Amino acid sequence: MNNLGIIIAREYGTRVRKKSFLILTFLTPLLMVALIMLPMMLSTIKGGDSKDIAVYDESGQYVSRLQSTQQFVFIPYEKPISQISAEEKDDYSAFLSISGNLCDSSGQVSFYSLKQISMDLKYEVESQLEAMASEDKIASYNIPELAQILQEVKPSVRAESVLWSEKDSQSEQKTSSEISMIIGMVATLLIYMFIFIYGSMVMNGVVEEKSNRIVEIIVSSVKPFQLMMGKIVGIALVGLTQVALWVILVSVLSGVLGASIGLSDPTAILESQTAMMATSPAANMDSEMMAGLQLLQSFNWGQIILWFVLFFLGGYLLYASIFAAIGGAIDNNDDAQQFTLPVTIPVIFALYIGIYGAMNPDGPMVLWCSFIPFFSPIVMMVRLPFGVPGWQLALSFGLLVLTFLLIVKIAAKIYRTGILMYGKKVTYKDLWKWLKYKS
Amino acid sequence: MSFLETQNIVKNYSNHRALENVSIQVNEGKIYGLLGPNGAGKSTLIRIINRISVADSGKVIFDGHEMRDDDVRNIGYLPEERGLYKKMKVAEQAIYLAQLRGLSKQDARKRLAYWFDKFDICAWADKKLEELSKGMQQKVQFIITVMHQPRFLIFDEPFSGFDPVNAQLIRNEIMELKKQGSTIMFSTHNMASVEEICDEIGLINQSKLVLQGKVDEIRESHRQGLYQVKVRRPISGENHQALLASQFYQLENFHENDLYWNFSLKKNADCDNVSIFSELSQKFDLISFEESIPNMNDIFIQTVQKLNTHE
Repeated sequence: MNNLGIIIAREYGTRVRKKSFLILTFLTPLLMVALIMLPMMLSTIKGGDSKDIAVYDESGQYVSRLQSTQQFVFIPYEKPISQISAEEKDDYSAFLSISGNLCDSSGQVSFYSLKQISMDLKYEVESQLEAMASEDKIASYNIPELAQILQEVKPSVRAESVLWSEKDSQSEQKTSSEISMIIGMVATLLIYMFIFIYGSMVMNGVVEEKSNRIVEIIVSSVKPFQLMMGKIVGIALVGLTQVALWVILVSVLSGVLGASIGLSDPTAILESQTAMMATSPAANMDSEMMAGLQLLQSFNWGQIILWFVLFFLGGYLLYASIFAAIGGAIDNNDDAQQFTLPVTIPVIFALYIGIYGAMNPDGPMVLWCSFIPFFSPIVMMVRLPFGVPGWQLALSFGLLVLTFLLIVKIAAKIYRTGILMYGKKVTYKDLWKWLKYKS
Repeated sequence: MSFLETQNIVKNYSNHRALENVSIQVNEGKIYGLLGPNGAGKSTLIRIINRISVADSGKVIFDGHEMRDDDVRNIGYLPEERGLYKKMKVAEQAIYLAQLRGLSKQDARKRLAYWFDKFDICAWADKKLEELSKGMQQKVQFIITVMHQPRFLIFDEPFSGFDPVNAQLIRNEIMELKKQGSTIMFSTHNMASVEEICDEIGLINQSKLVLQGKVDEIRESHRQGLYQVKVRRPISGENHQALLASQFYQLENFHENDLYWNFSLKKNADCDNVSIFSELSQKFDLISFEESIPNMNDIFIQTVQKLNTHE
């Protein structure tokens, strides 16, 4: 095994065996799955006991038609609200008073309660009463079958987007710009996070070796460039390991959790969804989600993941070499600020472009920034799910690689000189001087 | 023959010259002491020999050929700034560093076992370095320097930072390594240790090599014709000035008590020790007669001061 291999093995080995790595790696997906699954699980459990609602209906034409739900039971009440005694107020969750005619402006609906009523109750009652009022109104016109006619003139419009394949004019693919946007945002955020997390890991590793003073022993055995690259590559492998473990863990966990709440078999869900659709209009939302899930399969995941990994590596290598140089130049992490700030700015800028670009992935700002090496790893991600021409990906990635090669050369020079400078507060002027030292 | 040679090494930093035409020869199987005041350029020279930094001009000859990258595998280096990974296990990092010096994992394990046994620190192999006492960390540091059995060893200030017990241990190990045929170079401020263990020295002052050679020869050449003499007080000896007048020497210092006279002499040019000795032994009941040979400390201070006042 050559020296570079030995260094990579150590950088990788010591990090993946750390407790903090294991904890972070295994807890993060648990948290993510919990975040996704918890609301779903909660929504399946409808909040406990049903509530009794006393209804005083002045006209008497609505109360009989109010339908109780799982949550709310509507009970007719004889006395008007003004006559309710103090003791009775405690018997019901809320009192509902309906007076006048809801079809015209004389109608008035009010809730009285000791505790603030829930939004659910308000919406439930409003929507039921609205439906009744509109039914009554339609009936009042005395036109036969008017209700049915009205139902027919209320069409539902839903746009779907279909992507033509450039190569094969026959093949078409259903897509969803919403889902493309979400995938793009997630990929953008991931790369943004990785650059910072693993970039600063590189910097801290360099500072550690420098402040431990072991660096002098190591560079008497290996070239500083080997040490720097060994660290960068070793940590890149740590990052890839973490991502791979996350992908596996998240898919296994969501599979397991999904099965436990009956979401495991997508076809079964689909069937139950269609069955539900016939009965309940509320199922519409869920069926949209199902369609979304189907659309997910329409993405070219192989290509997206491939380019994600390539741009992740490119962006990481570019920034990690800068972070390594900073680590070499400083004595302890407190001094890092003045040098990390100029590195942080383009990364954060790229993230903003990315977020903005998610809404408008073909805008000129996004387009240009997806070619500029310091932004491209982050910005390109947002375009990726919308389909990017191959030549653009290749050009952007090529520029990224070239920039990396240039930056790593500069970084190595600063690193080489910096790691042997102890106890000196380094300025930008010093860095410039170091660049001119011959190797 | 010389095992390591530097030929006209020049190294410039942006605002000063660190080394100016420095040529040293370190003979095979010998211990070479690199001396010099702080900032004279010793560490720079050591870093150039270690290929940590590169000379602007000049050559390093190692074992008969111009030094190559893989020659560093035959060097063991203990830097002045000591340090190891604090959070890494002792055995693990020793093996790691030995691997970087070209040892296989198996060999590294074997050698480590030998040294840990020798220094009696086996029980600590799986502890993190930061859990060890300072003294033990120093032993580990030394083991890491010599573990790959290098033919050439460089110790930068080996006795500073070690406690007296460990310093003695290190001194013994250095002598042991010499016996086994290693060539050793070290830089130090500790002049007593120079006389004790160095065969040869080189003195660097203000980036120039100002003195080089065998320790004994250098001391011999710095003789100033001074003698320390002790005699029994003569019975009639009230006037020591008269009694000690001689064509061979001048009296420098004189102390007396009821029993003895202690004095130092500076000899006049062109006379040998026998003439002085025979004259003194005829006049006095001589107890001791010794020519003072300057120690390295004196030579060091003298040389450096002389050079610095000249400039």
